[in-house]
Amino acid sequence: MSIVATAESVRTKQTRAVVVADETLAAIEARDGDIHAFLHLDAESIRAQARGIDSQIDAGQHPGRLAGVPVAIKDNLCQRGVPTTCASKILEGWKPPYDATVITRLREAGAVLVGKTNLDEFAMGSSTENSAFGATKNPVDPSRVPGGSSGGSAAAVGADMVPVSLGSDTGGSIRQPAAFCGVVGLKPTYGTVSRYGLIAFASSLDQVGPFARSVDDAGVLFEVIAGHDPMDSTSLAISAPDVMTDIDGGVAGLRIGIIPELMDGSSDEVRARVVAAQDALREAGATLVSLPAPELLLGLAAYYLIAPAEASSNLARYDGVRYGNRVDGADVSAMMIATRTAGFGDEVKRRIMLGTYALSAGYYDAYYGQAQKVRTLIIETFHRIYQSCDLIVGATTPTTAFEFGSKTADPMSMYYSDIFTIPSNLAGHPAISVPFGTGEAGLPIGVQLLGPALSEPTLFRAAKFLETEVGR
Amino acid sequence: MSTLPDGWFMVVGLEVHTELRTETKLFCGCANAFGDQPNTNICPVCLGLPGALPVLNQRAVEYAIRIGLALHCVIQDSSFHRKNYFYPDMPKDFQISQYDIPINGPGYLDLPGGVRIGIERAHLEEDTGKTTHLGGTGRIHGSDESLVDYNRSGVPLVEIVSCPDIRSAAQARAYAAELRSILIASGASDGRMEEGSMRVDANVSVRRGEDQPFGTRCEIKNLNSLRSVQRAVEYEALRQIALLEDGGTVRQETRHWDEDAGKTHTLRTKEEAYDYRYFPEPDLVPVTPTQAFIDTVRTGLAPMPAERRAALVSLLGEPNDAQIDQLLAVVEQGLDHFVITAVNAGVNAPLALTRTANELAASDRSLDNLDAEAIAATLLLEQAGDLSATQSKAVLAEVIAHGGGDPKAIAKSKGFEHMADGALDLVIDEVIAAHPDEWERFCGGDEKLQGFFTGKIMAATKGQADGKAVSAGLRARKN
Ligand SMILES: [Zn+2]
Repeated sequence: MSIVATAESVRTKQTRAVVVADETLAAIEARDGDIHAFLHLDAESIRAQARGIDSQIDAGQHPGRLAGVPVAIKDNLCQRGVPTTCASKILEGWKPPYDATVITRLREAGAVLVGKTNLDEFAMGSSTENSAFGATKNPVDPSRVPGGSSGGSAAAVGADMVPVSLGSDTGGSIRQPAAFCGVVGLKPTYGTVSRYGLIAFASSLDQVGPFARSVDDAGVLFEVIAGHDPMDSTSLAISAPDVMTDIDGGVAGLRIGIIPELMDGSSDEVRARVVAAQDALREAGATLVSLPAPELLLGLAAYYLIAPAEASSNLARYDGVRYGNRVDGADVSAMMIATRTAGFGDEVKRRIMLGTYALSAGYYDAYYGQAQKVRTLIIETFHRIYQSCDLIVGATTPTTAFEFGSKTADPMSMYYSDIFTIPSNLAGHPAISVPFGTGEAGLPIGVQLLGPALSEPTLFRAAKFLETEVGR
Repeated sequence: MSTLPDGWFMVVGLEVHTELRTETKLFCGCANAFGDQPNTNICPVCLGLPGALPVLNQRAVEYAIRIGLALHCVIQDSSFHRKNYFYPDMPKDFQISQYDIPINGPGYLDLPGGVRIGIERAHLEEDTGKTTHLGGTGRIHGSDESLVDYNRSGVPLVEIVSCPDIRSAAQARAYAAELRSILIASGASDGRMEEGSMRVDANVSVRRGEDQPFGTRCEIKNLNSLRSVQRAVEYEALRQIALLEDGGTVRQETRHWDEDAGKTHTLRTKEEAYDYRYFPEPDLVPVTPTQAFIDTVRTGLAPMPAERRAALVSLLGEPNDAQIDQLLAVVEQGLDHFVITAVNAGVNAPLALTRTANELAASDRSLDNLDAEAIAATLLLEQAGDLSATQSKAVLAEVIAHGGGDPKAIAKSKGFEHMADGALDLVIDEVIAAHPDEWERFCGGDEKLQGFFTGKIMAATKGQADGKAVSAGLRARKN
């Protein structure tokens, strides 16, 4: 059932929000022991929220577009009074005194906030193996990773524990786990969804977005959370985007670009599904154009300077002085060092060191400065590409979900799993991953659609079309 | 002017941090207030809680532009950077500041004597919290406990950086004093050094000969008064000269001024200096005030101290040296409107100036709400001879204490009646008659007894008599 249908049933009392909540809790009970998608779950809070929705309906009120719809939240979004850890020991036990703007919007839409989902510590990683509280397993094959960093949110939807969830995407952290878990995942245009209350990894790249079982559900959830927020200076001064009105508009007449480099190094099975998607688009009346753009591959290197540089500054505040865990020391410096040594995992430390180095006097121009030039080059490259096409179609990830431990020893091979997703973050553009069949081992494969800024309505149309063609 | 040994010259540049008088902080809606209970004016943003984001206070932008305009700066599109270093009073462990492109570019400040000091920049940044170290050494390393008050965290600051154009300690003091007056006049800041709302750092170096390249400089921190600025700069220049004359070298370092000891000591050396790893603040967008907005701010700007001093000069005609000192002080303390109100009411300018420079300026009470008309009315009574100088000062003290009042009523309550013509002569004769021995000695040349008789006559007239008339009356009778 779509979330629109669920909300409609709750509003018309064909079902009750408390019933939906209990079904959700039962599904989580059944699956999450194996999957470990959730870091925090409070059954009583879920039921209380649901009762609140039901009593609004009983009182003749309209609780909103997501009345009674369960939504899981990545544990780097602040929810008032609920433990928010970023899957890091350094924030263990911390409860934010405020709601992120997206949480406020979900509440206003009548959603039931189910719980906080697992991630790579501070969203740094591509497998959830960097969580300080244990990895999440891929619901399709528990010997494999769900992707990351929003692996918990992707797995919760993929395992049918919740219909939709929120994640955040800095270099592919929504799209890559969506592809690995066989669900839809959107990284919106930078500035369309408020970052207020999203615990920053790399501020100029981070964006909150939806996971869903269907393109329609992802579209509805995106509309609910998007729109200008005065609390976020980088929020675009635009009215909330409308992706649902034309979502069934099809792809006839669209010019769709194929960037060979965004398939570079893909496995054969991934490549085969992308080609199948291209064929389907062409047959439905889209024009496909090949547009080589080798510059986009430079994105990975630029990303691994810009994101750690911003992270090294964003994560400085976890010093043991005000909140989170503190490890005492002889003086304040010793306390800060002991706290950060004990509180952060290896990948977080690696990126803080990388970023600190990239910003250091004498190295800034060669590293951070150069990376910003590459970022500008990528924006210009996309600008050139979008002179000739409306959207780009390609692979979300080079491979299907990999096995636990297969990349942890070699950070570079882990970083490569984001090579197709990173360019959109650097440009601030939207991109969506849609499940498009499976590979030989039955593992999901995602097709990625990319567009220029604010092209979400077109992206959703094309994504919806591919969803209907998934059987081919 | 220089008190340095022959052949030595100093080069000084000042960095002045001033808090802006906005209602709210730079990046959040918390109150910008001094002296409240610790940690009461705080929120997720100014506490740097995970996920919180800054939003720029447009009033702070306006105030920064006021300062820029008052200092003849280029007002330009600007952006914010992060200045990264770990310190417990910085909630985010970075400070949001302006770096390569400040809101106010080059400008200048003309000292009252006419010397022009270049302004390099005047940029916006956020203040830090305030740490109190308890027990042990009382400093961050070695204290038993440290308490942090984040009320000040995120308070808007403008940092005004002068060019290295200052050439003496007295000039450094004059620059700080004039800048303070300009800041107050702009309405952007209250310039209260004692509350820390205006803080001065001095970069000091010395050289042998005015045509020599600049020497190695030291930055002096903790200058909490105009007096400290002058003393510390003088001390530091002499310290560096002594070092060089002994064959030593000056080490580039940050030094702390100890007001009680009258000395500077090393805070940290160049090797210990932080690498701030500045980079563009990704959570904020560029600041791009329109020309129309800048023009509106310019139009709304109150007259600056130089213009106000010129106004007093024109009231006085050709002021003497003492009057020039008085008018500098009056404008520096923002009291010139009392002079102008009195002159407009008919008081002669020298009287209005001298009473303002002495009776008002010396008061330890706040004059913010003092009724200038009541001051003018008092001075008119004095000018008309209805009050003696002594009585006038007593009435002024009463008016100042109550922020205003009717000077006639105050005079009456004090028993200050106008003396009828001839009444003073009667009193003088009575006093002389009552003290024949003293009078004889006075007439014989014992001038010390002038004070004795004046005192007796003043007491008999309850201070109502005019000192000059008493003096004249005594001399007339003596001869
Ligand atoms: Zn605040």
